[in-house]
Amino acid sequence: MNKKMLSLPYLFWCAVFIIIPLCMVVYYGLTDKTGAFTLANIAAIATAEHAKALWFSLLLSFAGTVICLLLAYPLAMILSGMKVSQHSFIVLIFILPMWMNFLLRTMAWETLLEKNGIINTILHFLHLPALNIINTPSAIILGMVYNFLPFMVLPIYNALTKIDNNVVNAARDLGAGSFQTFSRIIFPLSLPGVISGITMVFVPALTTFVISTLLGGSKILLIGNVIEQEFTQTGNWHLGSGLSIVLMIFILINMVLSAVFDKDGEGATL
Amino acid sequence: MKDVLVNLEHISKSYDSHMVLDDLNLYIRENEFLTLLGPSGCGKTTTLRILGGFEQPDTGKVIFDGADITCLPANKRPLNTVFQKYALFTHMNIAENIAFGLKIKNKTKDYINDKIKYALKLVNLDGYEKRMPDSLSGGQQQRIAIARAIVNEPRLLLLDEPLGALDLKLRQDMQYELIRLKNELGITFIYVTHDQEEALTMSDTIVVMNQGYIQQIGSPERIYNEPENAFVADFIGDSNIIGGIMVKDRLVEILGARFSCVDEGFGQNKPVDVVIRPEDVELVKPEEGAIQGVVSHIIFKGVHYEMEVQAGGFEWLVHSTRMFPVGTPVGILVEPFNIQIMNKPESEDEEAVKTDE
Amino acid sequence: MKNAARRIYIALIFIFMYAPIATLGVLSFNASKSRAKWGGFTVKWYVSLFENEEIMRALWNTLSIALISSLVATVVGTISCIAIQSMKKKGRAIVMGVTNIPMLNADIVTGISLMLLFIVLGIRLGFFTILLSHITFNIPYVILSVMPRMKQLNPSVYEAALDLGASHVQAFFKVIFPDILPGVLSGFLMAFTMSLDDFIITYFTKGPGIDTLSTKIYTEVRKGIKPEMYALSTIIFVVVLVLLFLVNRTPKDKPAK
Repeated sequence: MNKKMLSLPYLFWCAVFIIIPLCMVVYYGLTDKTGAFTLANIAAIATAEHAKALWFSLLLSFAGTVICLLLAYPLAMILSGMKVSQHSFIVLIFILPMWMNFLLRTMAWETLLEKNGIINTILHFLHLPALNIINTPSAIILGMVYNFLPFMVLPIYNALTKIDNNVVNAARDLGAGSFQTFSRIIFPLSLPGVISGITMVFVPALTTFVISTLLGGSKILLIGNVIEQEFTQTGNWHLGSGLSIVLMIFILINMVLSAVFDKDGEGATL
Repeated sequence: MKDVLVNLEHISKSYDSHMVLDDLNLYIRENEFLTLLGPSGCGKTTTLRILGGFEQPDTGKVIFDGADITCLPANKRPLNTVFQKYALFTHMNIAENIAFGLKIKNKTKDYINDKIKYALKLVNLDGYEKRMPDSLSGGQQQRIAIARAIVNEPRLLLLDEPLGALDLKLRQDMQYELIRLKNELGITFIYVTHDQEEALTMSDTIVVMNQGYIQQIGSPERIYNEPENAFVADFIGDSNIIGGIMVKDRLVEILGARFSCVDEGFGQNKPVDVVIRPEDVELVKPEEGAIQGVVSHIIFKGVHYEMEVQAGGFEWLVHSTRMFPVGTPVGILVEPFNIQIMNKPESEDEEAVKTDE
Repeated sequence: MKNAARRIYIALIFIFMYAPIATLGVLSFNASKSRAKWGGFTVKWYVSLFENEEIMRALWNTLSIALISSLVATVVGTISCIAIQSMKKKGRAIVMGVTNIPMLNADIVTGISLMLLFIVLGIRLGFFTILLSHITFNIPYVILSVMPRMKQLNPSVYEAALDLGASHVQAFFKVIFPDILPGVLSGFLMAFTMSLDDFIITYFTKGPGIDTLSTKIYTEVRKGIKPEMYALSTIIFVVVLVLLFLVNRTPKDKPAK
């Protein structure tokens, strides 16, 4: 049938631009400059410098993800409970800001957070202690939360709106209080959204090199920075690919987790 | 005798090695109201889809008015379909829905407008041109689906459980409506349903299907009164199906008692299945009956009482206008012409017949 | 009481999301080149912006890549949805799994992998390679926004159109397409936005001598960003804001279901 033929261009595209490139990363990661097989590029993650960068990345992205979740869940609850114009509101809060370049938006935080910046001026005015987080890990976490918050809110919001109101009513009818209704009904039902939100935030946070460059000063190296430098400065593609494979293992764990919880494979929808 | 319009010859179809239709042969006469009746999965919808051109049979031919249309795509076939759940185009208004097929055929504006008016009048929805499908009730949407099909003047209209989504009262109204439409239009209808009452009410011919085989073809009366096998008997209305022995012509023994009947030619002392409709079971005083039993259950059904009688080790279903309280000893009598004798299934194919829904 | 708390919470998030945007808006009117101090109000950056050829070229690259890549992705993605829908369950699961890879994988890995592909194939890095990469990460957005619409379709509708004499192409454009159009449009917009905002994948696949706004800003980070950039971003943002406002104001002829 001709419908089957329609999938050919896309299957071809997937093969050439998704599958083959990933295979090449794996190939480069597992070979040295002469083309011989080696595990050295992957083992390189154990060197003090790399291990520290990876550990730092894991730490910061974990913190960023947790903060995102804590901020996003109440917001998604509020949004899903709103009767009208939720959609335009979501667009306003999350889609519209993307039209202002994300590098500029992230850099604007530098201006906001500076010693004599706007935030400290306000804090000073309120007789509160000044905030000195620029060029510290805290600033990187803030940048992560700022950039990736939408990816946490939207899946949770989607999961929450899918919950049938009568299910909630039934829980009430059977005597569950507000907290029990939440902990036993609403939260478990929204779990697929939470899981896919965590994936959507954790992966870019773990692998970022831009946010750390912009807000962390030049002192803090994340694993993303290390890989970027291998490709753009040192020119050691093999080492860069090897480290990318290590990174992909973490991503893979995340994908498997989300696949287990999100059987439709559609949790990432916006 | 009218001319044959459609001929299905040796049609077989399977999905992933699951046989849906097995060597199906069927002809439909011009101006006939033919119903394909059977439980879900019996192959009736597949048969309709092969006729409509939405499925290709694995083997066999579809002959329409003498021409082989087996390979003709759906959009080139001189017939139209009324779909289950209507399949109206929700982004078009009623007039646009009805005009769809005519516009494709490049008919003139005047012609199309006349046709829309005519079709809406025919289905009793004059003045609905500008309404959107979503704003209509289920019954109204159904009428529009029919109007959309018939404006194309098909010689054959296929209807796939068109009343399935309507409630009971509306369904009965639409049944009469459909009969009226068919008589006014003079086109051939092929109707698919799993509702035996619907089939009995509307059809000229009923084709009872199960597991990809045709079980019986006949007029509603014939199908009801003379089911050819246990499946048909069981599927069409309630019935008592009892294993028995044909002692000789016109005499059958069931549950140890002998009944006279009108069937001949089964041979002597041959095991058979006996079908007796519940309304044909007469309850009399115990000493007057051929078998004696006790009423075990009774429900009032409005027109009649539905009773269960334990007699001869079998639970008889009985419909009667007379009431016998539970525990009453009764006798059972059956008129000879109300006893229907059927062969016991022998081959494996016929065995399949016994398993219903 | 509860409602007030909700409003305050939403307002705080709103401030959080928009504080940097407001800052950039203010900076675009700052006479001083430094981000740290206020040098008085000026609109000179808005004037010099249009004389800055480099920025204009980067803007042109950004917009043309975003437009072409999202258009191609929309066409390919929509056609693929039809194909995926007609696949068997297993095939569908595999294709959807592959579709999800660019969305779930890290941008840096996607960028690196594409860069390696282009270099090994001997394709010179430049406009064309950026375009191919953007199409690749845009297609999933289109598929994921068209697919749910496609699933809601009553399959008989397509057959009904065929039954009434329409060809396959006619049936698609007259019956299927109007129904999935909202999904197609939002997929297109999503793809366009993502392409416009992308930095990482562009960064790895761009090659020397070509810049989009993102990569231009990144190279300027160290030596100080030209204030014209703030002016440009502010213009883009305001234009989109106004467009969005107008679209929402247009009375809809049909009420949403």
